[in-house]
Amino acid sequence: MMDLLIASIFQENLALSFFLGICTFLAVSERIETAFGLGIAVIVVQTITVPINNLIYNGLLIEGAWSWLGLPDMDLTFLKLVAFIGLIAAMVQILEMSLDRYAPALYRALGIFLPLLTVNCAILGGSLFMVERQYSFPDSIVYGFGSGAGWALAIVTFAAIRERLKYSDMPAGLRGLGNAFLVTGLISLGFSAFAGAGL
Amino acid sequence: MASLMKHISSPLINNNPITLQILGICSALAVTTSLTTAVTMSLALTVVLCLSSAVISLIRRHIPSVIRLIVQITIIASLVIVIDEILQAYAFEISRQLSIFVGLIVTNCLVLGRAEAFAMRNPVLPSILDGLGNGLGYSLILIIVGSVRELLGKGTLLNYTVFTPVADGGWFEPLGLMQLAPSAFFILGLLVWLMRSIWTQQVDAPKFGLKTQRSRS
Repeated sequence: MMDLLIASIFQENLALSFFLGICTFLAVSERIETAFGLGIAVIVVQTITVPINNLIYNGLLIEGAWSWLGLPDMDLTFLKLVAFIGLIAAMVQILEMSLDRYAPALYRALGIFLPLLTVNCAILGGSLFMVERQYSFPDSIVYGFGSGAGWALAIVTFAAIRERLKYSDMPAGLRGLGNAFLVTGLISLGFSAFAGAGL
Repeated sequence: MASLMKHISSPLINNNPITLQILGICSALAVTTSLTTAVTMSLALTVVLCLSSAVISLIRRHIPSVIRLIVQITIIASLVIVIDEILQAYAFEISRQLSIFVGLIVTNCLVLGRAEAFAMRNPVLPSILDGLGNGLGYSLILIIVGSVRELLGKGTLLNYTVFTPVADGGWFEPLGLMQLAPSAFFILGLLVWLMRSIWTQQVDAPKFGLKTQRSRS
């Protein structure tokens, strides 16, 4: 389980080795504070949605899940995309409302990023990887937290480097998107050095 | 007719979805380890984009604006499920290599972005052409990156040997890095640099810079 945590944070980092959530990654990394806020939001949502999607998948969609109703052949796995995205959207909405009610300070800090998470492919990707790799329920909690933390770590690192690069004088064609890709590539190269690391 | 063709031609280079609009990069990088997967992914995305633009444009007057995102995502998700099932039925091997990335077309910002920015406001025909144009612009980048990675990483193109690797008695030493994640970032970064050197109007305006002439005020 510890191995799974380490692997999901470093070797199999969602942003740097599976390219998930890169659009948001590039768009919301101009400043380190906002990057940090988004990172925390991703950890929270990912830790909640991956285990719940695991329950939905194994309890409702998988072949044989409805056998207690006398429908042993019903295989609803093709519905997983709609079910997952629906759950993610609902979770984000609930989280937003409950934060607004019970933790207004946190809500103000994260507020604008929460709705964005519905269309962040790192969140949906985490749930789909959970299905593909057939994680059990405890594993899916660890994986949800680990992959969220890995994503947050990557975006904070990237934002920190990008803040320093803001004033650098680089060739015109490399300004903006070009250097963002090259820097991400270098960070990704650094993270791939963790391959094989474990506890 | 010329104005309709503009919807197809402008996203190819002048307004390319990946290198300028920064949409849909996630899947663009992950599926480019070989040209076959890149082409399959491009086809899948272009089909989804055209169909979703058509459907959303068709019912755009009936979608209440409060719930439009949910409606759009549901339409896109249904289309993606169809494509995913077709791929699993007729191209299982490729579908397995693409792993979760076909499913991730649902959250591909390119599809949702075009639906929101174009199809919600325009009639059906221009929307389909806009979807097709953006799909082709996306495909163009994917095919370039996919060819470079497969050619330099394995010495093959579409699984046909182009450069004979050393292991088979040839001269070509495959670059292992090209098959790993970082190379996709590097190639795309260099591609953006190249495109912006040729079409200089695409260059980002500098946010901060040294003033060339010292102001006296």
